[in-house]
Amino acid sequence: MENRIKKKRRAFVHTDMCVACGCCQKVCPLNAIQIWNGIWARVDGTKCVGCGKCAKECPASVIEIQEVAS
Amino acid sequence: MKKRWYDYLWIVELIYMMLGFFNILFAWLGMVFFCIPLIISLIWGTKGYCNRYCGRGQLFGLLGGRFGLSRKKDIPRWMKSKWFRYGFLIFFFIMFFQMLWNTYLVFAGVQNLKQAVTLLWTFKLPWHWAYHGTLFSPGVAQFAFGFYSVMMTSTVLGLITMILFKPRSWCVYCPMGTMTQLICRVKNRKHVIVTEQK
Repeated sequence: MENRIKKKRRAFVHTDMCVACGCCQKVCPLNAIQIWNGIWARVDGTKCVGCGKCAKECPASVIEIQEVAS
Repeated sequence: MKKRWYDYLWIVELIYMMLGFFNILFAWLGMVFFCIPLIISLIWGTKGYCNRYCGRGQLFGLLGGRFGLSRKKDIPRWMKSKWFRYGFLIFFFIMFFQMLWNTYLVFAGVQNLKQAVTLLWTFKLPWHWAYHGTLFSPGVAQFAFGFYSVMMTSTVLGLITMILFKPRSWCVYCPMGTMTQLICRVKNRKHVIVTEQK
């Protein structure tokens, strides 16, 4: 049996530089990213599949797609 | 994704910019674009305007995205730094108040009406063909010229950064966006402290 850890991809926001413009929220197909109190974007880890649409759209390029152990 | 009515607000922005070519007094309508974001952030503590209703952002998104006018490169790090964003906000404020001061001088009769649009706070473009007189003081028209200059300058800056970087790069250093985010930070400071401690 192969003993491989399944890796899941997820978006991470560098909140210190997020401008809360909401571009990410608009393109997310799963509604997994929301602007929290007009301050920064927040990713819902249970919904995000790490498709990378938000990272591509973010004008400040503060969203990163990282692998997380599932 | 299903389009909503507010996804078409870029048309309003386009019409607004065009109206200024016909009659400068239409520039006063731009006050709406200044007041609504502030009201939303002050009352609800959100950046609902940026997130949903900003026609300017939508226009840049459309031109840079669908029309492919953007290089789609990352914006330089210094442009998204707090120093630059707040510095640009302060600079914008100073220039805005200078414009208000000039308007006051025309109202007071100290200065004559200047029928020009100042681009990038430097270049004076003759704009007399969009002025057909006013029922009120010439100061009313002076404010319109000044306000339209502000709107035109931000549009030009936004277009330049749209081409060079990502379509909505303007959103990164937009003074209104920075200001509403600051208001939201102050308004929601208790939640912020709790979240940052987590």
